[in-house]
Amino acid sequence: MISYAECSARERLAQLVDAGSFHEWLPPAARLTSPHLAQLGLPAAFDDGVAIGRATLAGRAVFVAAQEGEFMGGGVGEVHGAKLVGLFKRALRDRPDAVLLLAESGGVRLHEANAGLIAVSEVMRALLDVRAAGIPVIVLIGGANGCFGGMGIVARCADHVVMSDIGRLAMSGPEVIEASHGVEEFDSRDRALVWRTTGGKHRWLSGDCDALVEDDVAGFRAAAIAALDAARPVTLAALEDEHELLAARLSYDGAEAIPLWASLGVPEPGRVPDLDVAALRGLGVR
Amino acid sequence: MDWTLLAERLFGKEHGIARDGDFLRGEVEFDGEPLAVIGTTAHAPIGVQLALAQARAVLDVVTHQPGRAILLLIDTQGQQLRRRDELLGINRAMAHLGMCIDLARRRGHRVIGLVYDQALSGGFITSGLIADACDALPEAEIRVMRLPAMARVTKLPESLLAELSESNPVFAPGVRNYVAMGGVRRLWQGDLAQALRDALADAPTQDRRAEDGAARGGRRLAASVVQRVLDAA
Repeated sequence: MISYAECSARERLAQLVDAGSFHEWLPPAARLTSPHLAQLGLPAAFDDGVAIGRATLAGRAVFVAAQEGEFMGGGVGEVHGAKLVGLFKRALRDRPDAVLLLAESGGVRLHEANAGLIAVSEVMRALLDVRAAGIPVIVLIGGANGCFGGMGIVARCADHVVMSDIGRLAMSGPEVIEASHGVEEFDSRDRALVWRTTGGKHRWLSGDCDALVEDDVAGFRAAAIAALDAARPVTLAALEDEHELLAARLSYDGAEAIPLWASLGVPEPGRVPDLDVAALRGLGVR
Repeated sequence: MDWTLLAERLFGKEHGIARDGDFLRGEVEFDGEPLAVIGTTAHAPIGVQLALAQARAVLDVVTHQPGRAILLLIDTQGQQLRRRDELLGINRAMAHLGMCIDLARRRGHRVIGLVYDQALSGGFITSGLIADACDALPEAEIRVMRLPAMARVTKLPESLLAELSESNPVFAPGVRNYVAMGGVRRLWQGDLAQALRDALADAPTQDRRAEDGAARGGRRLAASVVQRVLDAA
């Protein structure tokens, strides 16, 4: 068992796709760096924090992108975002069987904030173009930095989301919410609370991710293979269903996960944080 | 600009746009054509509820008024910063709003965003920034985060950020910087009704923002990086 969370972006890619099949576009040797960091006295990375390319997965042609959480928290800057947009545009042209996005990001890279914000919206549009062409987009979330901000939105634009139980998927980080509304609103140091609110188990129980795996690269690989034919066309009917599902959530009155899980029919919901993934699946809630 | 003043200048005193809390909705007539108006006001924080209210309105237009143009009126302080919204999946609700707008575009609705007061990050990315084109009033304000919060998150001195924000379009708040970067197509000057007329007349259907950013000099690399990915061996 190899911890997905502890791997770098390229290590994840190497072990997720078929052995030796990853071919990188604009690799570090191309020395494509952010032009905006030097003025802040910050080091650049020769890939701007994201690796993109083609590979095979179970023999099928896929395009892949992996964000490197160790570089600026996986934040999306101008170049980083443009590499993702380019990958989706290329997918639209070359028609792989799927696009895999190994997301690990705090969202927009604040050091180049405006460019990052526009870039994330360009990623959304390019991703949705790929989906409209019938090519499934699969997002994998299991890095230590989670998947937040604009990338949390991008993830939910995909066909299929795979998370580990230690992965987190949300909009604003707990520190930002605490800074805005106080520690009584969201205590960012209460790790159990943070995971109950944004972690993989909660997202799986509530249906915000489609598959839940242990923190194991092989688990992610198996889940990605299983999702290769999981294209979900974005139709008016599908969006009406999505709307109904989300609107029903508004009737939940509270900010605590455990009573929410109870309302979903989870037996002994207080035990959920202690269960492993197999035991959680065994509850039969989903 | 106050939304009622904007509505009067665009559509006259009997504009027909109604406010419900921070949510704006109206079916107006413009140059003899029906136009759907959907938006927010009072620097609304966009939480699950307000994202869904806008999504509902977009779905209703797509269902009941196929092809009708949509004007998104944007005034938001960004996403709602509450634990409950995170628990309920605010990122999913925002993605849903963005996807509803995207579907409308794909089904032939022209969708124009107008930042008429303030736009910040999460509240903006799934409204104006996913429309066919996003325009702004010259006095509007667009940014990702306030400088003190940005200083805290980036661990950079606020004085350095303040200095940079005077000169660097990638960094500094302001609609003109967003125009330079291609994120905002143009500013509405003078006769606002004429500006809307123009916006509807030449709404692009392809995402040209990276090319615009390169041509205008505010975002020099994005378009060329995209092309390099397309051309890579």
